[in-house]
Amino acid sequence: MRVYGSEITSRLLLGTAQYPSPAVLAEAVKSSGTEILTVSLRRETADGSGAGFWQGLRETGCRILPNTAGCHSVQEAVTTAQMARELFDTPWIKLEVIGHSDTLQPDVFGLVEAARILCGEGFQVFPYTTDDLVVGAKLLEAGCEVLMPWGAPIGSGQGLRNPDALRAMRAHFPDVPLIVDAGIGRPSDAAQAMELGMDAVLLNTAVAKAGDPAGMARAMALAVEAGRAGFAADPMERRDMAVPSTPVLGMAEFA
Amino acid sequence: MITIAGAGVAGLASAYELARRGLAVTIYEAGDAPDNNPCSWFAGGMLAPWCEGETADPQVVRLGAGAIAWWQQVTEVVKRGTLVVAPPRDTAELTRFARRTESHRAVGAAEIAALEPALAGRFQQGLFFAEEAHLDPRRALRDLTRAVQDLGVQIRYGTPAPEQVDVDCRGMAASLPGLRPVRGEMAVIEAPDIGITRTIRLLHPRIPVYLVPRGDGIYMIGATMIESSSWRPITVRSLLELLGAAFALHPGLGEASVIETGTGLRPAFADNVPRLSHRGDTTHVNGLYRHGFLLAPALAKELAAQFCQDHSHADHCERQTA
Repeated sequence: MRVYGSEITSRLLLGTAQYPSPAVLAEAVKSSGTEILTVSLRRETADGSGAGFWQGLRETGCRILPNTAGCHSVQEAVTTAQMARELFDTPWIKLEVIGHSDTLQPDVFGLVEAARILCGEGFQVFPYTTDDLVVGAKLLEAGCEVLMPWGAPIGSGQGLRNPDALRAMRAHFPDVPLIVDAGIGRPSDAAQAMELGMDAVLLNTAVAKAGDPAGMARAMALAVEAGRAGFAADPMERRDMAVPSTPVLGMAEFA
Repeated sequence: MITIAGAGVAGLASAYELARRGLAVTIYEAGDAPDNNPCSWFAGGMLAPWCEGETADPQVVRLGAGAIAWWQQVTEVVKRGTLVVAPPRDTAELTRFARRTESHRAVGAAEIAALEPALAGRFQQGLFFAEEAHLDPRRALRDLTRAVQDLGVQIRYGTPAPEQVDVDCRGMAASLPGLRPVRGEMAVIEAPDIGITRTIRLLHPRIPVYLVPRGDGIYMIGATMIESSSWRPITVRSLLELLGAAFALHPGLGEASVIETGTGLRPAFADNVPRLSHRGDTTHVNGLYRHGFLLAPALAKELAAQFCQDHSHADHCERQTA
């Protein structure tokens, strides 16, 4: 998978919040084989006071994708992105503009506006968006080269609530990397996203809040790999009728 | 003579265990009074090893199991258990919490009402950890300070430690490699009419909080956990979240007075498990994270055992009496 000119081998991206400890996080990162970690730049740590935690993340050797989690306005998201670029020395930014505090649904109007501003400033924007095709098209117009549609609300673990919409996105944007971000609860959800032809999956809570985060990280990595291989192998279509898997013709007849 | 840097809970507990074995101890404390400790002073004071097992390493549960008996030697410990509840929408959190922890039993509406009449009718399901306890950390620090002084320990307040000490218990000030700060914010409220008698944990997917009674209608509400080294006062967002959760626990707390807010930096290693470590001739007792009162006793005992095995101190160690 190529994103903004970088070749990415692992199709699983991990968030870094809510783990029992940084050591558990590091184990999960290792067993997932991920190459990209998202890090939220909360206002509390925007002054660089989170350095102790970030140092541990850098030591994993993964590429850091800072995010603007928790930002509710365009201005807030843009300012956070600018701080992130300085602190992490990367043009990458996962852009979140939250529109509803209960569902954490993206404010797609603010998202497009913030994406336009940040792309204009030379950022490489990974927008956290809904599965709406028109919004997706506007984000691409704004300069984004990747889309990150939700599967379900952040942290809900509900799996893909609207697989048909994701399938439509794949059909409409055949050459745009699509990364399902948010809503994955179980390995089967991740596999399903990949079977739909998504390019990658980004998840956090499903691993961080599992009883054995490293074990779940491994399970997710296997699921992503299986789903991708299944998609690439061109799966059969569903049928309404049973079709015997053993040929009927040529069977012995016992008169 | 054994020298200790830091008179927070780790330094005082270490001094207590060493002095009890007959060793002469001096503590150097940069602050000018027991009240000025930047971390221990803002602790919750929960002695709740089994609840902590939800996310903590199993070592924390094991090391913390002896804490209640240890603190009963020096201060008042309220052993009334911990009640864990969740709003109706978040009962899945309760299921998860029950699966990840031990030494609890499920309680229904009637038992919740019997345990804490103030919460009657508010929660239908909960978990009760009968063996857990809490203390008032400020009172405990004062009592422990007095106890070590009674054992002959010298505490030099307002005196930075000399360059070379035997034991370093200064938390983040020790700047050990691998040690990171985890910012915690808390609030203290006064609600004379609520009458909650034990630690209550309110589970919530975003903002889990605990409320610890301090007696006389005073309650501590805590605590945020933020990967940050910032000392600045509690943020509006954090205070909103803590107080909002308290209000969800009982609307009557909406009438409570906020009498204090505080911020501390918990020293933590990458696995959030504390340890004794040796650098040069100094033994560090550090990384107690959010478990200072829970784990200081076990670490102090381990420290004292190490010193008594050491030949230069062994002659001075008396047979341990308790």
